[in-house]
Amino acid sequence: MTRRQQGNTEPAHTVGSGTADTVSDATNSADPYAATARETTEGRVYTVTGGDWDSLIEDWKHDERIVVNMGPQHPSTHGVLRLVLELEGEVVTQARSVIGYLHTGIEKNCEYRTWTQGVTFVTRADYLAPLFNEAAYCLATEKLLGITAPRRAQVIRVLLMELNRCSSHLVAIATGGMELGALTGMTAGFREREEVLHLLEFLTGLRMNHAFIRPGGVAQDLPEGYHTKIRDFLKVMDSRLPDYDKLLTGQPIWKQRLQNVGYLPLDGCLQLGVTGPILRCAGLEWDLRKVEPYCGYEEYDFEVPTSTDADCYARYLLRVEEIHQSLKIVAQCLDKLEPGPVMVEDPKVAWPAKLSIGNDGLGNSLEYVRKIMGQSMESLIHHFKLVTEGFAVPPGQVYSSVESPRGELGYHLVSDGGTRPMRVHIRDPSFINLQSMPAMSEGGLVADVIAAVASIDPVMGGVDR
Amino acid sequence: MTTDKNNGLAPGQASSAEMSSARQDEHEAHGGVVAGRARQGMFGVRGSGDTSGYGGLTLPAYVPAPAQRPYGGWFDEVSDELLAAMRERGIPVEAIQQVTVDRGEITYYVRREHLLALCRTLRDDPALRFELCSSVSGVDYGTEVAQRLHAVYHLTSMTYRRRIRLEVAVDVDDAHIPSVVEVYPTADWQEREAWDMFGIIFDGHPALTRILMPDDWDGHPQRKDYPLGGIPVEYKGGAEIPPPDQRRAYS
Repeated sequence: MTRRQQGNTEPAHTVGSGTADTVSDATNSADPYAATARETTEGRVYTVTGGDWDSLIEDWKHDERIVVNMGPQHPSTHGVLRLVLELEGEVVTQARSVIGYLHTGIEKNCEYRTWTQGVTFVTRADYLAPLFNEAAYCLATEKLLGITAPRRAQVIRVLLMELNRCSSHLVAIATGGMELGALTGMTAGFREREEVLHLLEFLTGLRMNHAFIRPGGVAQDLPEGYHTKIRDFLKVMDSRLPDYDKLLTGQPIWKQRLQNVGYLPLDGCLQLGVTGPILRCAGLEWDLRKVEPYCGYEEYDFEVPTSTDADCYARYLLRVEEIHQSLKIVAQCLDKLEPGPVMVEDPKVAWPAKLSIGNDGLGNSLEYVRKIMGQSMESLIHHFKLVTEGFAVPPGQVYSSVESPRGELGYHLVSDGGTRPMRVHIRDPSFINLQSMPAMSEGGLVADVIAAVASIDPVMGGVDR
Repeated sequence: MTTDKNNGLAPGQASSAEMSSARQDEHEAHGGVVAGRARQGMFGVRGSGDTSGYGGLTLPAYVPAPAQRPYGGWFDEVSDELLAAMRERGIPVEAIQQVTVDRGEITYYVRREHLLALCRTLRDDPALRFELCSSVSGVDYGTEVAQRLHAVYHLTSMTYRRRIRLEVAVDVDDAHIPSVVEVYPTADWQEREAWDMFGIIFDGHPALTRILMPDDWDGHPQRKDYPLGGIPVEYKGGAEIPPPDQRRAYS
């Protein structure tokens, strides 16, 4: 609508009737579009005309500032994370993340269970890296108890953790790809992750939330035929991993979306406490498996990939390379697995039940039930006390950490000498790393926020706990 | 106070030994740290008749025993460097209330007035270089403990590959601790979490708001006097077990 037309239609907009004398002429000269007013018998009447779109757009050019809520979204992307973005056009001027939508009180719940039951809770914190949570929690508990798991249990832990690292990185690539529109990357990532989950189900009984690693060792020995299964899995992965390079690594769109996006240099990482792939992409070779070996990681031969690009693309490449390295460790685990106990000898800590597979699935073995129910009252008492009461842990506190797929996963455990933890604190890398989201995305485009968040790979189960 | 037990032992050995109750009283009178609650009876069962005969048995609350020199390993080196750096920067020696070596980890119990200066020293001093603040967590030792709220800082030196722990204890009525965000920006969310969960007020924090709970939530859920909540669990055939916080505890 042009100005002239608006001016012509002015009389039609006039509200009310009465004297046609206008005060508007005087005001029109100053601002032709200001609302005019005149007194009538029914009070003051305003004449409103159309706005001046040209000047309105002129204003917007300089103050096109809107605040947008992104999320909370579907958990198949990055869970219930809400991002509040202040945009000027397409440029993000401020970004803040709002968390807490998945807070389940895992830390508090652990204080009302025995030390062994705690495993069942912490495995649900970072649900893409359940075995790391279990391992870190058990390492901390064992440090409090002053015990070490037997060698076979340590190797099994390493084996499971590295398989888990593969599946977690695959999800990172898959969900990241999905958010950027690379849907084939998503289907490929979830397909390979499914292979890992099938294998983990075979080894531990469950696809996720295994509760397989327990204080003192692991819940039970690996099933028969694990060797072949793992070998087959390694073959499948070796044949399929090059597909990621073919599909994504050299792909121009993928590179354009990721390169020089979400930049976070080393000093920023250290100040924000960021660890894991993001830190290694900034150039620091900081991997707890190397710098503070646990579970016998010093015996394994593997590389810690690094980069100095500090952008999303470098983080993608690093995750793919870490999958290769994890598979290398898995293969070495197979050679290191020697027969032996998988739980400490101490019957005051080790879970009393011996498990076996019956007609109705996995359960206490018949011989064991026969023994405690029919032969040894003391065994029954012992079983009952250890299962219901749990073991007492000497008072004190420890901090123990492992290198999870997302960085340093630390457990700060406090015992007051009882059979339940006094405090379980999870230093979850997702929680800490998510703080770097504003530093990575402010000043960039909205589309780059997606890439940056995907490269942080936050798992809200771990962030909110 | 001397505990000759710790002399010459490697870290982690015997330093966690519990003190006698007389010694503990003396320790507390000097403003020492209490980290646990006193126990009564033998099996931790309360609210039922004492049939064990051990009901009169009392155990004092756990107090982390102060470590004696030499601490062992690199603990002495770090402590010496820290003391020297404190002298340089005019931080009084009393800033460190107590040093405990337990299970191969060293803990400095710190008075809150000097926490920020200590953190800055630990981060910047070339011989210390604790660049990374790994974790900040709150701990509540229960209503019957004096100075029940603790803030625990785990610092990591990436240069020297060392970890230390700083711990600050405060009363629940005066739960103020200076914020270390200006030294370690990573403490931002972690301090917000400790405020949200324990009600520790970090003075000087840029925006100390709730982070996990809704903004209008009442109370601080991880305090020991905040109930867990829950409903009874029903089983087939009408059996029912009480919610977790009402089940019998042996702890």
